[in-house]
Amino acid sequence: MPPVPTAHYVFLSAALFTIGVIGVLTRRNVIIILISIELMLNAVNINLVAFSNQLLSVNGQVFAIFVIVDAAAEAAVGLGILIALFRNKETVQADEMNLMKW
Amino acid sequence: MQTVLPNAFFYILAGVILGGGVITITRRNAVHAAIWLVVTLLGVAGLYLHLNAEFLAAVQVLVYIGGITVLFLFVIMLVNLEEAASERQYSGQWPLGITCAALLLIELGYFIYKGQEAFYFAESFGGTLQPNTELVALALYRDYLLPFEIASLLLLVAMVGAVVLAKKDLE
Repeated sequence: MPPVPTAHYVFLSAALFTIGVIGVLTRRNVIIILISIELMLNAVNINLVAFSNQLLSVNGQVFAIFVIVDAAAEAAVGLGILIALFRNKETVQADEMNLMKW
Repeated sequence: MQTVLPNAFFYILAGVILGGGVITITRRNAVHAAIWLVVTLLGVAGLYLHLNAEFLAAVQVLVYIGGITVLFLFVIMLVNLEEAASERQYSGQWPLGITCAALLLIELGYFIYKGQEAFYFAESFGGTLQPNTELVALALYRDYLLPFEIASLLLLVAMVGAVVLAKKDLE
C-alpha cells in the first residue's frame, strides 16, 4: 500500500476551505464568521505543509508559521472590532451592522 | 504493510477535521462552535505530525488551541450571546452564499472524479525534513529573517490595535 498521495491532502484542504466559505457567507453571528475564517486559514496551512512534505523542503512549513502569525493578528483585531461594535450597537449579528449600507 | 497504519491515521484524521468543521459552522451556541473548532484544530495538528512537521504541530496546539481559541472564548464571555442564540442563525444572503460554495464544491468534485492521476506534482530535488525543529529554525532565522521581523512587527501592531479598539474611552 503506497503512502497517502499528496492529492488527497489537496482534496481535504479544498473541502475544509469550502466548509469555511459556507460558514462565512451564510452565518449571521460575527464570532462564528471569524471562526470560519480560522477554518479557511487552516485549510491553506494543510496545503502548504503537504507540499512541504512532497518536495522535502522546509519552506512550506515556514510559510505555514507566517499564516499562523496572520491568523493570530487577525483574530485579535477582529475580536477587538467586535467588542467595539457590541459596545455601540448591542448586537453581534453581521446583518444588523448596516450603518454604511446604501 | 508498513504504511497501512499511517494511512488509516490520515483518513481518520480527515474525517475528524471535516466532521468537526461542519459541526463548527452549524452550532447555534458560539461556545459550542469554539469547542468544536478545538477538535478540528487538534485534527490538523495530528495531520502535521503525519506530514513530518513536528514543530508546526506543537505551534498549532500552543498558538491556535492555547491562544486563539481562548481569545475567542474570552470575547464570547464579554459579549451577550443569549439573544443571538435565540434569533435566526442564517443571514438573508444564504442562497448566494450556498451558490458560491456550490461552485467550489463542483470544482472539488470534478478533481476528485478525475482522481490523483490528474495531478502532476513536482518531484523533490532531494532534501530532508529531519531534524525538523532545527531546519525550521535555520530557515526562519537565516533565509526568512526579514519576513520574520516583519511578522513580529505585525503582531505588535495587532496587539496595540486590539487594545485600542477594545478600550472603553480613549483619553
